[in-house]
Amino acid sequence: MSTESRTATISAAQQAPATRRRQRLSEGARAERRLGWLLCAPAVIVMIAVTAYPIAYAVYLSLERYNLELPNAVKFVGLSNYGAVLSSPYWWHALAVTLIITIFSVAIELVLGMLLALLMHRTLFGRNTVRTSALIPYGIVTVAAAYSWQFAWTPSTGYLSALFGNGAPLSHTGQAIGVIILAEVWKTTPFMALLLLAGLSLVPEDLQRAAKVDGATAWQRFTRITLPLMKPAILVALLFRTLDAFRIFDNIYILTKGGNNTGSVSILGYDNLFSALNLGIGSAISILIFICVAIIAVVFIKGFGTAAPGTDTGRR
Amino acid sequence: MARPDTGKRIGWAAANTIAVVLTLIPVLWIVSLSFKTPAAITDASFWPSQWTWSNYSGILQTSQFIEPLLNSIGIGLIATVIAVLLASMAAYAVARLEFPGKQVLIGMALLIAMFPAISLVTPMFSIERALGLFNTWPGLIIPYVAFGLPLGIYILSAFFREIPWELEKAAKMDGATPFQAFTKVIAPLAAPGMVTTAILVFLFCWNEFLFAISFTSTIGARTAPAALAFFSGSSQFTSPTGPIAAAAVVITIPIIIFVLFFQRRIVAGLTSGAVKG
Repeated sequence: MSTESRTATISAAQQAPATRRRQRLSEGARAERRLGWLLCAPAVIVMIAVTAYPIAYAVYLSLERYNLELPNAVKFVGLSNYGAVLSSPYWWHALAVTLIITIFSVAIELVLGMLLALLMHRTLFGRNTVRTSALIPYGIVTVAAAYSWQFAWTPSTGYLSALFGNGAPLSHTGQAIGVIILAEVWKTTPFMALLLLAGLSLVPEDLQRAAKVDGATAWQRFTRITLPLMKPAILVALLFRTLDAFRIFDNIYILTKGGNNTGSVSILGYDNLFSALNLGIGSAISILIFICVAIIAVVFIKGFGTAAPGTDTGRR
Repeated sequence: MARPDTGKRIGWAAANTIAVVLTLIPVLWIVSLSFKTPAAITDASFWPSQWTWSNYSGILQTSQFIEPLLNSIGIGLIATVIAVLLASMAAYAVARLEFPGKQVLIGMALLIAMFPAISLVTPMFSIERALGLFNTWPGLIIPYVAFGLPLGIYILSAFFREIPWELEKAAKMDGATPFQAFTKVIAPLAAPGMVTTAILVFLFCWNEFLFAISFTSTIGARTAPAALAFFSGSSQFTSPTGPIAAAAVVITIPIIIFVLFFQRRIVAGLTSGAVKG
């Protein structure tokens, strides 16, 4: 189904209730409303119970001094937990590490994902083999893949470490971040490629051929035709992957446990709860991460004009 | 189209080979490690010089791995069934019914798809302890259902919009009861979407790590990926590298086979929500 026709159906459907509301609701329409609410209710209740309620509770906890080791010393302290986090070098360092990992891994994935998508789209033979093998990193459990990378870079165990003069990159901050990015890129490039491939298949073949007849080079065809037509698919893929990369946890936890200053904000939040047992500070970190993710989403959706998937007002 | 020349064919073949090799190497490496003897683990060669099953027999004899494996299967299946059921109901309403608040539901599902899981860990930890859900199956099943729902609602409402619902009416005209119209006509058409959703939700549950290590404290409810991170080897004197590799292979290989078997469905499901909107 083409996007335009779906948008048209939806906007027609949106107008329908408005006109209907002006008259008195018929018995059938009211029954339909009730059934709609009834069918959605269980899903809505679960989603609210697991996200909205805990976040509201986290806001409340973040305003308290609350250490699990000192359960009797719980006290309302206003915004001072936020002050403590925002004035701590640990927070800013973790945020910097997270942003570096996010920016580099998403940029590399975009390039590699585009190459892989073009390969899957254009290759003359072996298309199914490539497509099948690309699904392996997607399917593998992140923790298992992270162990594979960790052992590969462990001196005197790993083939990669042996290849690079028995080096131990995981014990140096910069190199360890490089390995984390490598693990992240390997795992998620196929996902990026599949989203881009779906966008590629929407680029009309005729347009490409016409440009070729007019003498456009392969690069010109790619930058002037393919890329502009794929813009919505690229932005959606970038939005998904950026938010996902910003939440990075599994790979870092296995590869370095956040040691040598390689922890992301998610690692910081986890450590704060399970090592420091500090619910107040931990909740303040939770809320700050939530705000960061909200900012990223808003920047993408407003700034780049990404049609958020599922919304009907897509500017395509 | 003209027959492509040899140079082009070699170029594509090279590109194909590079792509396939890069995706396979880390998998082959962990498989190779899992077959190495404890002495050979530290020889840093890519292939084992001697092959042994001892890592596998070791982990399959310890409850430290078997119980988490059963937890993973049980929690994954229950969460998947509940999520697909609730998502089907909501998606049917989104695709077929007119009711105020539909956009709110879609927006809410989108918000949850973008939600940073770590933000929930601290408050949920506190809530689960208060409710007695900490370190229990429901303590993981409930958040897994919540995070599986947005995916399910998107994929299923896209599928349900494509179903020719007039067939139901036609079947009734031909004398089918409403129950027959549903089971013989609508259910077979809806099944592929539900299977796709179930596969993706199960993969999510199987892969999930942050909640699994945060909301469990013993092997009573810990899932396999979380247990891997707490692995100490079959005896305390052996390095856990071999057993971890073997455990990683055990939890990975069935999923890879599963993914390859259902690859068309998975690709369709992953891209339907994101690109077609």
